[in-house]
Amino acid sequence: MGYIELMDISKSYNKQSNVLNGIDLNIEKGEFFVLVGPSGSGKSTLLRMIAGLEEISGGTLKINEKIVNHLPPKDRNLSMVFQNYALYPHLTVEQNILFGLNARKIDKQVQKKRLEETAKLMGLSDLLKRKPRELSGGQRQRVALARAVVSEAPLCLMDEPLSNLDAKLRANMRIEIRRLQKQLGLTMIYVTHDQVEAMTMGDRIMVLNDGVIQQVGEPITLYNKPSNLFVASFIGSPKMNLGKAVLTDDHLIIEEELKIPINSTQIETNIKNKNLIIGIRAENLPLGSNGEETYEIEVVNVEQLGNETLVSFEVGSELWTAKWLGQWLGKVGDKVPVHISIENIHFFDAHTGNLIQAASNTNKQEVVKI
Amino acid sequence: MSMSNPTLESLENEISEINFEQIKKKQRLKSFAKGMLFLLPSIVLFGAFLFYPLFKTIYLSFFLTNAQGETTVFVGLQNYIDMFASPVFQQSMKSTFLFVLYTVPTTVVIALFLAVLANEKLKGIGLFRTIFSSTMGISVAAASVFWLYMFHPSIGFLNKMLEIFGIDAIGWLTDPKWALLAVSATTIWMNLGFTFLILLGGLQSIDSYLYESADIDGASYFYKLRRITIPMLSPTLFFVITVTIINAFQTFGQIDILTQGGPQNTTNLIVYSIYREAFANYQFGTASAQSIVLFIIILVMTVLQFKLGERKVHYQ
Ligand SMILES: Nc1ncnc2c1ncn2[C@@H]1O[C@H](COP(=O)(O)OP(=O)(O)OP(=O)(O)O)[C@@H](O)[C@H]1O
Ligand SMILES: [Mg+2]
Repeated sequence: MGYIELMDISKSYNKQSNVLNGIDLNIEKGEFFVLVGPSGSGKSTLLRMIAGLEEISGGTLKINEKIVNHLPPKDRNLSMVFQNYALYPHLTVEQNILFGLNARKIDKQVQKKRLEETAKLMGLSDLLKRKPRELSGGQRQRVALARAVVSEAPLCLMDEPLSNLDAKLRANMRIEIRRLQKQLGLTMIYVTHDQVEAMTMGDRIMVLNDGVIQQVGEPITLYNKPSNLFVASFIGSPKMNLGKAVLTDDHLIIEEELKIPINSTQIETNIKNKNLIIGIRAENLPLGSNGEETYEIEVVNVEQLGNETLVSFEVGSELWTAKWLGQWLGKVGDKVPVHISIENIHFFDAHTGNLIQAASNTNKQEVVKI
Repeated sequence: MSMSNPTLESLENEISEINFEQIKKKQRLKSFAKGMLFLLPSIVLFGAFLFYPLFKTIYLSFFLTNAQGETTVFVGLQNYIDMFASPVFQQSMKSTFLFVLYTVPTTVVIALFLAVLANEKLKGIGLFRTIFSSTMGISVAAASVFWLYMFHPSIGFLNKMLEIFGIDAIGWLTDPKWALLAVSATTIWMNLGFTFLILLGGLQSIDSYLYESADIDGASYFYKLRRITIPMLSPTLFFVITVTIINAFQTFGQIDILTQGGPQNTTNLIVYSIYREAFANYQFGTASAQSIVLFIIILVMTVLQFKLGERKVHYQ
């Protein structure tokens, strides 16, 4: 029994084909739940249905064990932060924050107290008399958050709240939102199309594509055991290297180019001679050293990030990227040895795209943060 | 130190050689000339069709004229003094202000009401939008003739209705008590389409997110109307009110067709009065003086509105 339960929820606009299909989901109280997916996958639609701004076409939605399908937004006891913040441009910061409390005719004394607390919490105390247009992007964002906080609703919905901010501010706000959520014990449903945001903020993540759930789980699980090719390539940056492969008796042949010897104990036998797609993360393609099985590759691009180096090379028709710690000073055209280990390879069914076997080596010793 | 000093000095020399002030002056002059060039067409047009007639009118208002409109005797301010003493002019002023008072608030309130209704997302709302805005496409003459029939004492729709309820017929356009109201009603009806359309446009440009956010906050319909719709619409409302006031002061067509200023001068609005002075009585001097008064009234009203309005209006 979760705090929010979605049972076989579906949605179609104007009686056309479904934009969401069979969504089954439980969200626990106090959880930071992230909805992630590419543009047009139906994230906003799902969030707006939970908020009550959009009609639910099929299925049941429960909040706090009560069916709420029919309830208008104001009776669902939640707050929402919109992508463009939806601040009232003609009202001051103070009036913006108090708009909801005023609408609900909450006692003036209580309003004042809550305003003071919230403004202090969000660092807005000095800005209360300003209009939204006199604020910076980050400050507007904080006003939008303050409006959600001041309502004291236990459930908070956010639709891509950071997408209008620059990268540095975004990193700050990620931490601020996360801290606020823990501090107030809010249940949060957070929509983003940015997998970094999803990985860094979520207790659990749901990956959505074309209105269908791809996978629900903890960030690390999604990273280590992506249940299909979509999740594999969506989560992680740079994205997972993929390639067609076939498994013979003692070799794995990738893109008819790389031939990796295996011993049969490492692989489930039932995938032999099937059409496979294999995946390997960029950080699992280290520069080869002596005494290891290595493959010669030709560098086609080098990206220096300062603390690490991204090196691209071609494998058959695919462009793969390796991530090496530190500053590697090679050049385009160099031939370098790369080590590929069978424990780091994920196996996917080429037809269905589903995971057959995840990599047995899970990077536990490394910090998986980007 | 010894290395950097010579370079610094030479830089300073270089700077002093360039005369910044002079270059800036030149550039300013250039951009002024360019600006003037762009303004020239409108300056010429305004000059020929606005400023010249304006000054000519001021000039005329100090003279008596013959029937051809040529100046005969310079009388100074006598035209103005006579005019303000004339009971006909006083009646005309009173009617004009009453007319503005009757038409402007009513038009704006009704149009706002219709626009808020037509802004709801309902099936077939397009039909109502078309109907509400349809009077925009009707010329003053056509509308006046249409209302002339409505007001007709014996076969008019309004009196027919009264007859059904057993009420005596009313001489809408001939009774001094009713004539101004009848003309006002016609004008409201005629201006409704335009005002409605502008206000609807204003309503539709309000971000729907604001309403959704208010819905989540638990705001009622009237709370949203009061706290979001009206303030966000204020620039549009301001524009509409200004335009409607100016239009009301300049009303002519429907007066000419419906009442010709009668009965007992109750609908002799100022523009009609000017027209009569000039083209019926051939008193171009007095007519000019009245025009100047009208000009000043509209100017003062507009300035006053901007002064008062600016504080209340929220611009994005
Ligand atoms: N009001 C609407 N009427 C018809 N179709 C809609 C409407 N709103 C959204 N859609 C469609 O529903 C699908 C999902 O849209 P949604 O806005 O939920 O995507 P999203 O995942 O939030 O994308 P983004 O990351 O770009 O915000 C899209 O294909 C979109 O075209
Ligand atoms: Mg969206």
